[in-house]
Amino acid sequence: MARKLLLTHIDVPGINTFEVYRQKGGYVAVEKVLKTMSPEDVVEEVKKSGLRGRGGAGFPTGMKWSFLAKPEGVPRYLVCNADESEPGTFKDRYLMTHIPHALIEGMIVSSFALGAHTSYIYVRGEMMPQIRILERAIAEAKEKGFLGKNILGSGYDLEIYVQPGGGAYICGEETALLESLEGKRGNPRIKPPFPAIAGLYNCPTVVNNVESIATTVPIINLGGEEYAKIGVERSTGTKLISASGNIVKPGVYEIELGLPVEEFIYSDEYCGGIANGKRMKAVVAGGSSVPILPANLILKTAAGNSRLMTYESLADGGFQTGTMLGSGGFIVFDEDQCVVRNTWNFARFYHHESCGQCSPCREGTGWMEKVLHKIESGHGSMSDIDLLWDVQRKIEGNTICPLGDAAAWPVAAAIRHFRDEFEWHILHPEESQTRNFGLAHYADPLEPIVS
Amino acid sequence: MLSVKQHNENVTFSPELLTKFGEVVSRYPEGKQKSGLLPILHLVQAEYGWVSADAMDKVAVYLNILPIEVYEVATFYTMFLLQPKGKYVLEICRTGPCCLVGAERIMGHLQQKLGVKEGEVTADGLFSWRGVECLAACGFGPVLQIGPEYTFYENLTEDKVDELIDNLKAKTE
Amino acid sequence: MAEAEDVKFKVTIDGIPVEVAPGTSILNAARQIGGDIVPPAMCYYSKLEGSGGKCRTCLVKVSKGSEKDPRPMPKLVASCRTTVMDGMEVQNITSPEVVEARKGVVEILLINHPLDCPICDQAGECKLQDLGYEHGSANTRYEFDRRTFERIDLGDKIQLHMNRCILCYRCVYVANQLTDQRVHGILGRGDHAEISTYIENVIDNDFSGNVIDVCPVGALTDKTFRFKNRVWFTKPVDAHRDCPTCSGKVTLWYKGEEVIRVTARKDEFGEVEEFICNTCRFDQKKTSDWILEEPTEIDRHSVISANHYELFNPPKVVKENPILQEQNREQLARTEKLK
Repeated sequence: MARKLLLTHIDVPGINTFEVYRQKGGYVAVEKVLKTMSPEDVVEEVKKSGLRGRGGAGFPTGMKWSFLAKPEGVPRYLVCNADESEPGTFKDRYLMTHIPHALIEGMIVSSFALGAHTSYIYVRGEMMPQIRILERAIAEAKEKGFLGKNILGSGYDLEIYVQPGGGAYICGEETALLESLEGKRGNPRIKPPFPAIAGLYNCPTVVNNVESIATTVPIINLGGEEYAKIGVERSTGTKLISASGNIVKPGVYEIELGLPVEEFIYSDEYCGGIANGKRMKAVVAGGSSVPILPANLILKTAAGNSRLMTYESLADGGFQTGTMLGSGGFIVFDEDQCVVRNTWNFARFYHHESCGQCSPCREGTGWMEKVLHKIESGHGSMSDIDLLWDVQRKIEGNTICPLGDAAAWPVAAAIRHFRDEFEWHILHPEESQTRNFGLAHYADPLEPIVS
Repeated sequence: MLSVKQHNENVTFSPELLTKFGEVVSRYPEGKQKSGLLPILHLVQAEYGWVSADAMDKVAVYLNILPIEVYEVATFYTMFLLQPKGKYVLEICRTGPCCLVGAERIMGHLQQKLGVKEGEVTADGLFSWRGVECLAACGFGPVLQIGPEYTFYENLTEDKVDELIDNLKAKTE
Repeated sequence: MAEAEDVKFKVTIDGIPVEVAPGTSILNAARQIGGDIVPPAMCYYSKLEGSGGKCRTCLVKVSKGSEKDPRPMPKLVASCRTTVMDGMEVQNITSPEVVEARKGVVEILLINHPLDCPICDQAGECKLQDLGYEHGSANTRYEFDRRTFERIDLGDKIQLHMNRCILCYRCVYVANQLTDQRVHGILGRGDHAEISTYIENVIDNDFSGNVIDVCPVGALTDKTFRFKNRVWFTKPVDAHRDCPTCSGKVTLWYKGEEVIRVTARKDEFGEVEEFICNTCRFDQKKTSDWILEEPTEIDRHSVISANHYELFNPPKVVKENPILQEQNREQLARTEKLK
């Protein structure tokens, strides 16, 4: 069994309550931090751990914390990003549902490190049950003296509030989230200034993902250096992977970074292989916005090395032959799935979720969706593929926030790796409405095709 | 078009609701009460089933902000229903991962079972349904949720949908 | 303090150096140089705080961040919202990447635009028309139905054609910054976002008419001027009056002896110099209401000058470098034709 740090006690009955969580060693990190460490010590441990943001961008958390401005007399805020909305990603919901105190404990540790006295957990509005769970957990922690005034007699005060969103993927972008938390439309801000300088209410703010914050607990318990020994290279520690699609055992798995992708997909400890005895066609490894890879390229890099579940290995080959770990939303497609239809579906998602503030994303996402729908429904022409390529190129990198890139990448990758499937749709408009293209040459166990 | 001709609903917030509003606003620093807008709109929707223009105007007064600031926000976020809908609004995920495991089939079944198209209300006023984007439950798809508590129904099959709808009907009778 | 004010940052834009005060945006530094190297701006408005960053037409490449940190910026940046650093080097029309991205933005801004210039009152002084002419291509690759909205009256003086709107947010900033009761805003999301009052309402305050002047396109137009004349057949004259509400400095637009429109005066970048009140704009339409100054100086760049468009006169490097020649092919060809 691989090492678990976040989900160790996931199966213990009552672990969602303070009592059981505490019995299993919960809130020890809070005691350690408040009684024996300074805020700077905590930041230092997180830096040493090598923890990288678990929300998708993979930016080192300790470094992000050290950027926080600390002007005299100005409050600082920690805001937890629990607006989990990236298709394929559902680890934060799982964690908050089953072990809410892991997040609350992490919030206390992190808030202390940053010198925040009011912290918010911004949960997407659809997760109303999880909001109730967190509110209950906060009330329990407060009752036991782990929140509120003068926590454990340390002189440190902290209040945590849960804020519901209203249904907008864009609020997962940290500045859109802050706008939303201020009661405004979720339009991402134009940066600079970054939240570390001027965030919530124009005060210095850190926004971290649920899993990043919860992970500070084992980091404190183990020590940063010890944590950094888990994993490979700059991918340290464990990571929650949301596995979905056509696999035997979909669900949330905690893995040690460095696990071979092949083992993750096929071993019984994790996904358990492809469902219904089918063969694997493709994988989206890190949530819908990262490039889709055909089966051969997800198992092995273009250079023929075994692909590992790490930030570096998944990105090996760049966007030509690689992808990204992203938020760990691992979507597996079997041989019956249609890449064109799925690309259209994702394009519709980004079109629907574009905030509309900047023109390339506002207009371009809709355009891509329409062209993809045209091809999908058997009305496309060959020039549409090149048009699509061109439109995504005009969006990528030219927008205010990363949603533009997130919308462009899946389209680009689908064309890059599955162009023949798009062409088949166009050349066989009627047949494509009744059956799917199938596996073609890119499925395992055939040799990878490297361009 | 996002506009309404007139509004003649006469909304008065109950003392209980106003207490809840007060609790929400207490979470933010002084002068930042606008932060309470989203939670308060959720409370309003839970109370009335939808968010009317009149209710929005009253919320604006309560938070001491301009009515347009409320309209801007309420129309941005997809969870707020700006028209009255059925008592139960079944929101089913229509995004990629759920579609890999049959969400489109379930949507077709839902439409057939309820006899109304997406966004419409059944004749008895009980049900509406709509496809929504990813609900972050991809490993348990297909999924649907029902407000105002957003209860989740996972790993849906045609039979489970039938059972759910029949149960909801029985509950109301 | 005097010393601090004297500090100047040296910036180079398309090879042309300029010294500007710290805190100046790249766009404003370029405006100090002037000419073809000024990036177009559809949403930025120097008089409106917080504006800019949205349309992406002013994207430029920062090839050197500063003297201290010479690394280039990884992505193209919105020149209106990026402040200069000392020693910064910027490429606008000398960067094929920028020219390409701008073409993309123009194409994208036009896919849902109705292109109803022949019946649009803004034609001739429309920023989108200029932008399309200067940076766009003659054809569209968009083959789907364009997005449509109904026409809305925002009171008896202002007409909203949402179809033409590019969501620059300028009118929202005007209402926020000039009045205390904003009644219109951006509703909805994504490509269905629209300017609206939600509940049928009139925009009614002393300065509401300024939304017409700041609108870069024909989305907000003056109903008292509607279909009266094409702007290039009118004769603009600067005038003023003693107004208790505003500066009273305006431009009168004559058709023969008749004043058919009153607007604020605009500078060479098409921005209002001083906002005017509705009384001056809508109610004072007799010559005798005004003290005339002189014919308004019209930028030759504008079709109102009746000389149509200026020739494209880029720095030498654009004419010599084959890649840049190719990128600017249409502009250069047009100039040849006009010569």
